Amino acid sequence: MLDNLILLTKVPVLNIQLLLDGLFIGAIFVLAAYGLALVWGVMNVKNLAQGEFVIMGGYFAWHLSTYGIHPILGMPIVCAIMFVFGWLLYITIIKWVITRDLFTSLLATFGIALVVQQALNLAYGPEVRTAASGFTTRSFFNGMVTIAEIKFVSFLLCIVLAAVVIIFMKRSRMGQAIRATAQDARAARVMGIDTERVYAFTYALNAAICGAAGVLISMIWVIQPFYGVVHSIRAFVIVTAAGLGNLPGVIIAGLGLGVAEQYSGFVLGAQFQQATVVGLLVVVLVWRQIQLSRHRQVVE
Amino acid sequence: MRSDQTPWWVYVLLLVGGIIAPLVFPAYTTQIAFLWLMILFALTWDLVGGQMGYNSLGNIFFFGAGMYISAVVQIGMFTDVGTYTSARGGEQLVLGYWDYFSSMFVGSIAAALGCVIFAIILGWVMFGLRGPYFAIGTLGIALSARELAGTWEWIGGGSGIAMPVYPGYPDEKSLVFYALIFVLAILTFICVRWLYSTRFALAINAIRDDEVKAEAMGIHTWRHKTFAWAVSAFFLGISGALFGNLTGFVEPLEVAFPTITFGIFMVVMSLLGGKGTLWGPVIGATVFHIVKEVTWTYLLGWQWVALGLLIIINVVFFQQGIMGWMQQKWPERFGVRVDKRMSKEAREGST
Repeated sequence: MLDNLILLTKVPVLNIQLLLDGLFIGAIFVLAAYGLALVWGVMNVKNLAQGEFVIMGGYFAWHLSTYGIHPILGMPIVCAIMFVFGWLLYITIIKWVITRDLFTSLLATFGIALVVQQALNLAYGPEVRTAASGFTTRSFFNGMVTIAEIKFVSFLLCIVLAAVVIIFMKRSRMGQAIRATAQDARAARVMGIDTERVYAFTYALNAAICGAAGVLISMIWVIQPFYGVVHSIRAFVIVTAAGLGNLPGVIIAGLGLGVAEQYSGFVLGAQFQQATVVGLLVVVLVWRQIQLSRHRQVVE
Repeated sequence: MRSDQTPWWVYVLLLVGGIIAPLVFPAYTTQIAFLWLMILFALTWDLVGGQMGYNSLGNIFFFGAGMYISAVVQIGMFTDVGTYTSARGGEQLVLGYWDYFSSMFVGSIAAALGCVIFAIILGWVMFGLRGPYFAIGTLGIALSARELAGTWEWIGGGSGIAMPVYPGYPDEKSLVFYALIFVLAILTFICVRWLYSTRFALAINAIRDDEVKAEAMGIHTWRHKTFAWAVSAFFLGISGALFGNLTGFVEPLEVAFPTITFGIFMVVMSLLGGKGTLWGPVIGATVFHIVKEVTWTYLLGWQWVALGLLIIINVVFFQQGIMGWMQQKWPERFGVRVDKRMSKEAREGST
């Protein structure tokens, strides 16, 4: 462990490798976390199935690639499928939990997560898979830093996707309706917004964003039916650390988490990478609690 | 506070049933022992989740922690833990009756105390979190515990620890462990039932209904919350110790910290039976366990999908649970007098 730290200071180029890898993967985390923040903020549903949506999108992209459709070209198809899937989930399940207490939505989405991951396991088996993207890998600094072109492409795609979503939220009628509902659902209803439809659209949009993130994950990383839980936890860490409705915060926290994971994987060993995410979750929650307790009046 | 109005013959029936069940169905002794374990899980979860409103998704942490503590203590009494685990289960401890049971007793006590200490430390950290944050935080603790246990070489890492071999025959072993788990579940029930008849129950119910007001009324909320969690951890710790010895092998993912199975089962069972009631968890655990054992093998790989669907349906459409449903249907039998003029409001207030 200490050797690895010393190595990092002796060979500073390795830092560039870790930083870049962290940023490339962190950009995808940002997408999933943004979807979570959207659903959380608009309909107050804590979606524990977030990671499963990501993995599901990844599997669809992988499935399409076996028919010879390149994952990047398959992305719109995957998004469309996930959008419909999200809408259906809303009509059948989520609709009933919005008005209920928070633990209900948490458990219900946990049930969804369980069903999705087991269904994926039955359909595709427990093997770890990667969708072939056909890009090459380039090396810099005499081979000390290697960057797969696909990672860079996915980073650009992330930026494009995020920009599209943000412009959509700012400019379109539906985006405005979503933001109005998030501010005050009752007032929005009075103003003639069909909040029921807004909720359904928001949940479906979240599923589509996750699907897109999943397509990218399937190309630059690995997918497996049970890897969704970690993605869900990542999204929670990012949103909890950033706070709701704080888009710059989500971006910084997401990229930061990506970099932190790469560093912990390098310094502590790959088996600690997941433990780092979960550990960070606890740290972030405790840190939030300390922050909150400053505001809270405690009777002693 | 409404004291328990269960007729005495229910208890007699339950006790007699528990004693004769393994004699009538000797082939199912372990399954019935699991049923008692499930009842214990549901009861301890409901103490914190149902009665106090702190829905924990990570109570399984205490189960696994108790198992590991007892394993380390039991093996540490006879040999060096580090060298024993580095053999990767190549050699198991063979003990005589006296050594086996005395070490298991010491291990269980250590597990219980260790889990209480864990509960106090974790409570200090976690009980500032409210609602879903608490649920996610506790889930994080259970998940990180399994990751850490899997990488800690001294306690065997991912390949686990082999527990001492039971000195007698397998049939005798399952009967002995049946008796131990049965007694533990009964003790848990008695303890929980007693707790629910004291002021303590009023206090934690007040915390569930409105924590800020409870605090304003002079209830020391942190102390009550930690105590409730510690009670829950105490019994879960002992159950973990017994389960480790029954299985004979402690391993982080499937045995010690089965977050996705036992960890979720305890929540589902409490919700199914009706959370926040004394009998709800018992009924829920019984129904769930029997249905699961009967249908599990016929579902052929779809059992997990079925479990997920059960959670969804249970949570979304049947949240009051069996017990809550019965209380709504026949309120008089549960000692609730319904004033016809007030009944609608009262019903809305209670949900």
